Amino acid sequence: MRSCTAFKNILIKDIKTYYIKPPNISWGIIFPIAWTAMFFVKSQTPIDIRAILPGVMSMSILFGTTSMLAVTITFERRHRSFERLLVAPIELSSLMLAKTLGAILFGIANASVPVIFASFLISLSDINWVLAFISVVLMATTSAFLGLFIAVAVSEVFEAQTFSNFFRFPMIFLCGLFIPVSDLPRIIRPLSYIIPLTYGADLLKLSINNDGHIFPILSLVILVTFGVVLFSLSLKNVKRKWIY
Amino acid sequence: MSIIKVENLTKRYGDFEAVKGINFSVHKGEIFGFLGPNGAGKTTTINMLIGLAGITSGSAKLLGYDLTFQAKKAQKYIGIVPDESNLYEELDGFQNLSFCAALYGMKKSERMEKAHELLHRFNLADAGNKPFRAYSRGMKRRLTIAAGIIHDPKILFLDEPTTGIDVASARQIRELILDLNASGTTVFLTTHYIEEAERLCHRIAFIVDGKIVRIGTVNELMSEAQEGTIVQFTLDDASDPGLREALRHRFPEFEEEFISGNIVRIHSPSPTGLMEFMKFFDERKLNIYEAKIIRPSLEDVFVKITGIEINKMAKDKEQYKK
Repeated sequence: MRSCTAFKNILIKDIKTYYIKPPNISWGIIFPIAWTAMFFVKSQTPIDIRAILPGVMSMSILFGTTSMLAVTITFERRHRSFERLLVAPIELSSLMLAKTLGAILFGIANASVPVIFASFLISLSDINWVLAFISVVLMATTSAFLGLFIAVAVSEVFEAQTFSNFFRFPMIFLCGLFIPVSDLPRIIRPLSYIIPLTYGADLLKLSINNDGHIFPILSLVILVTFGVVLFSLSLKNVKRKWIY
Repeated sequence: MSIIKVENLTKRYGDFEAVKGINFSVHKGEIFGFLGPNGAGKTTTINMLIGLAGITSGSAKLLGYDLTFQAKKAQKYIGIVPDESNLYEELDGFQNLSFCAALYGMKKSERMEKAHELLHRFNLADAGNKPFRAYSRGMKRRLTIAAGIIHDPKILFLDEPTTGIDVASARQIRELILDLNASGTTVFLTTHYIEEAERLCHRIAFIVDGKIVRIGTVNELMSEAQEGTIVQFTLDDASDPGLREALRHRFPEFEEEFISGNIVRIHSPSPTGLMEFMKFFDERKLNIYEAKIIRPSLEDVFVKITGIEINKMAKDKEQYKK
């Protein structure tokens, strides 16, 4: 009960303090519009909204969760308010889950924005919503845990941003959203299969366009495994680096 | 009864040994002072006791909980006021207190009641809805202490509670510490203000270079530093050139010292009274305005034991804070 109260209040505080702020809300709205516009400029033809929807959703999740979590945790570490959480009688795993859950919810909310926009322009009736939701949740979770992993590795906010980009930009091009994995040079193709976004994006493509290339159960298992591994590594690093 | 028991506590960072096998215990209901210069190992020791630093070797028990294995259980009963106010800048005073209470699992109604009570008690009721970033340094310090005690801890760790704040706030905080202790809270205090430790603490440990060099009550520490007796007289006129010679002649076993103006200090190797001296000055028709026995201050004790100048220590700390 004691841990539940602490967990709930850490989550609510983070949502109020960091996520429901005008800059983040505008980010959530502008980001998918900007990506859609980019595709339009690139193709110079009417856009196939349905074809680009998985990509825009994936980008929204990836950019929203990784940067927010990495920045907020690094910010609290800099101001030493994070120490207050570390010395509270709440297990480290619960504490880090509470900190991460805000970012996961933020990622899910970000992913829903392009869907809402798309619903005004095209019919989304034949989407496998259950699979789409599961893949969004798993992508948000693995991306948030990646953000946590980054936050533990750096000590300054600018380092968090730089380090996030070091992971994010290669992931965009390697995950098969814009260039199919099969079209990538053979030498870099294995890299596509060691990043979680590949599996999440494939699940989204399957649920929205019925266009997946990886067996869905395998993608789900791999995404869960990525989540568990990243979270465990982050916890280990928190103990090693922050509980001096 | 020991509420904190530390045995051979050691903390190593690679090859560097920050805390070197220290031993001490803190009794229930006391204010225990932990004094030492910068880099002596004070904060590292506190961090180990509050579960923010791992223990390399040795043991530390807090309320019977072994901190190597049961730190989270012990954390329910401790309050922490770090050397820098680390509440949330964007939350207001009330929200900060309420959030800190929630971290200890307090119910909403309980949290609200306690937050209001503490804001009143710490003279912050008018600032309760202002963001923490708008607080003055003294107000921030008071709110941080309030946040440290909102869950009624059995032990309160205070790290440099009055450093860098104005005199009035510092005084208020010292009174609050005494009040808290009077209501049964055991206080573990680190400070570099020796007079603050002297005024507040029941027992004090001096830590230098990762080792505890002395531990005891204020009186025990002072009597250790006292070598003989110093009596001091303030006279109406000490300019008589023959006075020094006459003192030496009458009291050959003592050493006299003319401080400034009309102040005369007499150093005695053994305990001595004032009457003989008063008679002497009276015979020479000298009026005595003040007569007192000078005792060594805790500062003298600290300097004698550690060889570290207090002023330098305080300046170093202020510099570090800036």
